[in-house]
Amino acid sequence: MQNYSEKVMEHFRNPRNAGEIKNPDGVGHVGSSVCGDVMELYIKVKDNVITDVKFKTFGCGAAIATSSMITELVKGKRVNEALKISNRAVAEALGGLPPAKMHCSVLAEEALKSAVEDYHKRSF
Amino acid sequence: MKRIYLDYAATTPADPEVIKAMSPYFTERFGNASSLHSFGREARSAVEQARKTVALFLGAKPEEIIFTSGGTESNNFVLKGIADANKSKGNHLIISAIEHHAITKPCKFLEKQGFKVTYLKVDRYGLVDLQDLKRAITDKTILISVMHANNEIGVIQPIKEIGKIAKEQEIHFHTDAVQTFGHLPVNVDQLNLDLLSCSAHKLYGPKGVGALYVREGTKILPFMHGGDQENDRRASTRNVAGIVGFGRAVELAGEKIGREEKRLISLRDKLIRGVLDNIGRTRLNGHPAKRLPNNVNVSVKYIEGESMVLNLDLEGIACSTGSACASSILDPSHVLLALGLPHELAHGSLRFTLGRYTKEEEINYVLEVLPKIVGKLRSMSPLYKTKKK
Ligand code: FES
Repeated sequence: MQNYSEKVMEHFRNPRNAGEIKNPDGVGHVGSSVCGDVMELYIKVKDNVITDVKFKTFGCGAAIATSSMITELVKGKRVNEALKISNRAVAEALGGLPPAKMHCSVLAEEALKSAVEDYHKRSF
Repeated sequence: MKRIYLDYAATTPADPEVIKAMSPYFTERFGNASSLHSFGREARSAVEQARKTVALFLGAKPEEIIFTSGGTESNNFVLKGIADANKSKGNHLIISAIEHHAITKPCKFLEKQGFKVTYLKVDRYGLVDLQDLKRAITDKTILISVMHANNEIGVIQPIKEIGKIAKEQEIHFHTDAVQTFGHLPVNVDQLNLDLLSCSAHKLYGPKGVGALYVREGTKILPFMHGGDQENDRRASTRNVAGIVGFGRAVELAGEKIGREEKRLISLRDKLIRGVLDNIGRTRLNGHPAKRLPNNVNVSVKYIEGESMVLNLDLEGIACSTGSACASSILDPSHVLLALGLPHELAHGSLRFTLGRYTKEEEINYVLEVLPKIVGKLRSMSPLYKTKKK
């Protein structure tokens, strides 16, 4: 066991953008093969810009904090730019994660990719 | 913020009386219990006094008690020591599937050395089956080890009956009594035990000291080689202050044992009922009655344990979980899986363990705070939504 950074705890305590979007333009649904957790990401896209994003997560403190952080990082970004956000960037924005918890940030990155994929599928 | 400690199965605070008893053995009575002079003698007689106390509590002889560094050492001592000293007789050991890692890991080690280990399945409450045990015994079986009560789900095993079977077959029988020693009556003859592990810090004593009971005449390899301490079975300068503290903790436990058991059972059941009645989709893990007086283990569906523990901690409540996310190897608790719990329920498990300083107001506070936390996490859970539709 390693302690979480203050930033992680702050996002865990007050998660940003938790919940669901009613008529999303894309939904990502991913599960972790490592510990069995599930993350869902909903996005609203207008003129190729992510205007709104929400998440639902069944997982640990790090999973909830990375979900929250990724929603903050992608909101207002163009879809292509958002896709460049790596799990490392999410972890870094949170002041780092314990090594055993890096896979939770991978889940966040994958949830975003899957939401964007879904968005593309729906719009083409 | 007030802090509420409900993790007594992990460790307990040392009783102030224990500290008082220990303190002179760090300073004016600092002698080495192996020395000849007066400093040595006073240390030695304190150690022997503590040994008598522990022996008396177990219904054993003082010579049958070996002081160790704790439960993990005692368990390693038994498994490796019995295996090695009895390998000419056989190479088979039997343990339950829900033993502590301090039993299962040494067994994995022994398997690599060529020993065979049977892991007895448990039923949905966590109990081993005596028929299964009988079937598992072969003429190569040299040790049966089944824990007295499980640290996670609190289930109490039929130790006496298991011991009877072992005795009839002349197989060494060991129990890991770390969770029961000092909390429930434990008599080595009544329970048909040859070996027993216990640890001081689970009964308001200091960390770093424990004991192993070894029935007279049992062949066991010494655990540490060096000086002739502990009858040549465990070399190393004795932890005099720790042993004295252990002895005092056992005395205090003996004075409180029956009354404290009743008090805890009523608090325990209040907490269990409060959770099951007020939070939907929860279940009790372990046996409702054959259960440690201080153990509450529940699974909360659709949410994950670590995030519950952290949220409770933010409200000042300390407890633990068997969730995969909270384990360093990211596997859910082997104990919960052995009960047949699906991963999702093992994931959402919470353990509260009560103790000497637990008050009813604290239980009320948990019952007030927990439903809110569950509600918050469920509102964020993708599984909860799916199930609602
Ligand atoms: S979600 Fe399971 S460890 Fe983070």
